[in-house]
Amino acid sequence: MATNAIEAIAGERRRVQLAVSGVSKHFGGLCAVEDVSLSVAAGSITSIIGPNGAGKTSLLNMISGVYKPDTGTITLEGRDITRARPSEVAALGVARTFQNIALFGGMTVLDNIMLGRHVRMKSGILSSVIYWGLAQREEVAHRARVEELIEFLQLQDLRKQPTSALAYGLRKRVELGRALALDPKVLLLDEPMGGMNQEEKEDMARYILDVNGAWGTTIILIEHDMAVVMDISDRVAVFDRGRKIADGTPGEVQRDRAVIAAYLGTRQERAEAAE
Amino acid sequence: MPDLPWRFILILSANGLLVGSMYALVALGFVLIYKATDAINFAQGEFVMFAGFLAAGASNLAGFPWWISALLALLGMVVFAFGLERVVLRPLLGRPVIAVVMATLGLGFVLRGTATLAFGGGTQTIPLPVGDEPFLLGPLILPPIELVGAAVSLGFLAAFGWFFLKSRIGVAMRAVASNQQVAMAMGINVRRYFALAWALAGVVSALGGVLWGAMLGVDNQLALVGLKVFPVMILGGLDSILGAVVGGLIVGVVESLSAGFLDPLVGGGTKDFIPYLLMIAVLMVRPEGIFGRRRIERV
Repeated sequence: MATNAIEAIAGERRRVQLAVSGVSKHFGGLCAVEDVSLSVAAGSITSIIGPNGAGKTSLLNMISGVYKPDTGTITLEGRDITRARPSEVAALGVARTFQNIALFGGMTVLDNIMLGRHVRMKSGILSSVIYWGLAQREEVAHRARVEELIEFLQLQDLRKQPTSALAYGLRKRVELGRALALDPKVLLLDEPMGGMNQEEKEDMARYILDVNGAWGTTIILIEHDMAVVMDISDRVAVFDRGRKIADGTPGEVQRDRAVIAAYLGTRQERAEAAE
Repeated sequence: MPDLPWRFILILSANGLLVGSMYALVALGFVLIYKATDAINFAQGEFVMFAGFLAAGASNLAGFPWWISALLALLGMVVFAFGLERVVLRPLLGRPVIAVVMATLGLGFVLRGTATLAFGGGTQTIPLPVGDEPFLLGPLILPPIELVGAAVSLGFLAAFGWFFLKSRIGVAMRAVASNQQVAMAMGINVRRYFALAWALAGVVSALGGVLWGAMLGVDNQLALVGLKVFPVMILGGLDSILGAVVGGLIVGVVESLSAGFLDPLVGGGTKDFIPYLLMIAVLMVRPEGIFGRRRIERV
């Protein structure tokens, strides 16, 4: 009995939230992603690593609905989102950040993060014109959540600053805030620490862990810094030339022969390169 | 220093500013579409003309009072622009820019033709309750229709500016204009905002059509107002709303001054082309306009 209950709890904890199965994507003759499957447990942190052009961002783009896979399916909590539009995927609770920071430069930090609330606001274009007061009240409620996030990310003094005036690391942080404003179940981060110095990386890693800890948000991130990846991930998936070549705990992946070959080259290749 | 006719310059400039703000209104419709959807609407002038015909037809043929006619024109243009986006422009999404350009150019001619078919070739009037007696303010002589036109235009531009900068829908619209892919990732339904941009362009065209139509009379020539939008846009910057206002005012003043000073010397007609000369000059010196975004292309 007791063991059953424990297993049930453990099963719930390991519940698959996002499942990618047999997904491929070709661009003309170029094969960006080839027959990739990936199960992501609710509340976990999964890192996707691999050399440039391995298909990591393409996969993220397919999950968030920007690309439609040629084959395969993607489900979120059992619901098929393979062909869903990006705005629908966002509405279902998948938020993302971009490899090259994609903030709205002319807008303030506050406006940028408020935009993340857009999807949670009920009043549409027409109704917010007709029921002006109602829309205003709704906005006040959402503003409270945004203030919470601003405090969480320590951006209090920068609310009214246009994002184009901010330092690189801060812009990355604002972009994280904007994604968090969607109250996502799943957060996709495309190189959240790319181009950062060590201190900024540590800050970002802490925020990612805090988000995961505080709200149980499932996180999928693409990252090149191996130390950070091995440090914060529950699972690591390794991509090479469009294929997933390994998937497991950080320890398992580090010992994986295929990974070592992809990253360091086989002994033979190294010998050839040295000649 | 020669003795310049200051009072004359002042009068011309004031009239130019009034007319210029009405240019700015029409240009706003154009910028809106360009900013939000990246499409260039070459039928903007025909939109204005069509709205003028709707208002004139409603009051002259159906005998409605002016304000009902204006409302009908407004409603008609919103429905028209909305439908146009849905039926013609949405399928062209993602096609080369030239496809949209040709579609709107063709649409312009269709609108001219059908308007003439439906309403006849003569010039019609829109009977706004505005007198003819000019308004005297110090040294200035201001025609009342221009005053009303400028007041409505500036009022609308200010209201729109607030909406675009401060309201939630406006902020979302700016997000769509700035980066469609990211806007989608925020859960913004980009197509709905395209439709909104076109509907707003319809509103702008209706206001422009009623005001310009009341001032110039309504016939095919009214569409030429739309051509003046190009120097306005190039001066101000294709994607800047503030630029549309400033560009409109500059074109209005330049046009008015050339009508006052150059036309008597050469026998008339300069005001119709001087703004374009200015446009060409600006294109050579500062192609992105006064407020336009300078595009940096990585090669």
